[in-house]
Amino acid sequence: MSERSTWPLWEVFVRSRQGLSHRHVGSLHAPDAEMAIQNARDVYTRRQEGVSIWVLPASSITASSPADKDCLFEPANDKVYRHPTFYDLPDEVKNM
Amino acid sequence: MNMNERFEAYIASDAKIEPKDWMPDAYRKTLIRQISQHAHSEVVGMLPEGNWVTRAPSLLRKSILLAKVQDEAGHGLYLYSACETLGVSRDDLIADLHSGKAKYSSIFNYPATSWADMGTVGWLVDGAAIMNQVPLCKTSYGPYARAMVRVCKEESFHQRQGFQILLALCNGTEAQKAMAQESLNRWWWPALMMFGPRDEDSQHTEESMRWRIKRFTNDELRQKFVDMTVPQAELLGLTIPDPDLKWNEERGHYDFGEIDWNEFHHVIRGNGPCNRERLEARRKAHEEGAWVRDAASAYAKKHARTDASSTHAA
Repeated sequence: MSERSTWPLWEVFVRSRQGLSHRHVGSLHAPDAEMAIQNARDVYTRRQEGVSIWVLPASSITASSPADKDCLFEPANDKVYRHPTFYDLPDEVKNM
Repeated sequence: MNMNERFEAYIASDAKIEPKDWMPDAYRKTLIRQISQHAHSEVVGMLPEGNWVTRAPSLLRKSILLAKVQDEAGHGLYLYSACETLGVSRDDLIADLHSGKAKYSSIFNYPATSWADMGTVGWLVDGAAIMNQVPLCKTSYGPYARAMVRVCKEESFHQRQGFQILLALCNGTEAQKAMAQESLNRWWWPALMMFGPRDEDSQHTEESMRWRIKRFTNDELRQKFVDMTVPQAELLGLTIPDPDLKWNEERGHYDFGEIDWNEFHHVIRGNGPCNRERLEARRKAHEEGAWVRDAASAYAKKHARTDASSTHAA
């Protein structure tokens, strides 16, 4: 009997070119990291989309919970002074 | 506001739903049905074309066809992955396809009997698929929308290569042009059926529109497809096999004849020309590939053991 169902899920990250960071592009199942890289290469970089691939087991990712969205991210809403546009300066001020 | 009302309001504001967000069971079920059907269609869609890889008329045409078939496999994978984020397993999805429980696009239950069919399939079948898929890039479920962005990017090559095959045939000998016309005659109506039943007969449309899973109705998309395709057929010098097809100045659209809905239901029920053959080919490929999957699992297991023991030794 096939053990296919035990293949773990891998998240795939691709660096599109030197100078940019790796970006999440999708996921796939593979028996090990080496096969995950091979499969990721076939699935996600057939049209010169990348120069480097990361794969990591989806099970190793710890995600914040949607239920915590407010308490994690709400506090930033009332701190507009963190943005440069908050400060009204005279037009004469150049290069700032 | 209860969870359901909050969900409806959230969707109505055009926000996206992500895998861990709360969603009504019916929303989840509808998505699983639609995304898995879509994934199965990509996978079964490889079969009529795979049939022509060895018989394509030149090395370039073979390479192009291979690349296209490889794309379909990739599209199937993006979509299966998106579907799995809803809590179903890949194995269950594939088992449902192989048992005949899950549906796939009926168009692939028609045979590809001539080389011109590779042109017509690219032009009309991929063309109709694009018409269906472009709006899905904005569908309300995030993983599905992201998968569709990738699919659409790749799909446009499929349509253009198909049109170019027909262009070559239509600029060729009388026999080649006749082959193109014969192919269009067979594929035109099944291509129109790809948009599904009429709006008034579609049981899922209303709810799917409200949930922003679907962004246009079946009939809207079908009309758009006809309007887009007629001038392209004229450019090829081919005749669309519909005596009722004519421009309606008042509507600003083409009028077209009635689809044979009996045939439509007949094929959906599993009685099309190739339903049995397609499923058999899928099952056979899956069963005959089992040893490869087993070998890969065994290799991974063995190496995981060696890696662990060498770590202990160090």
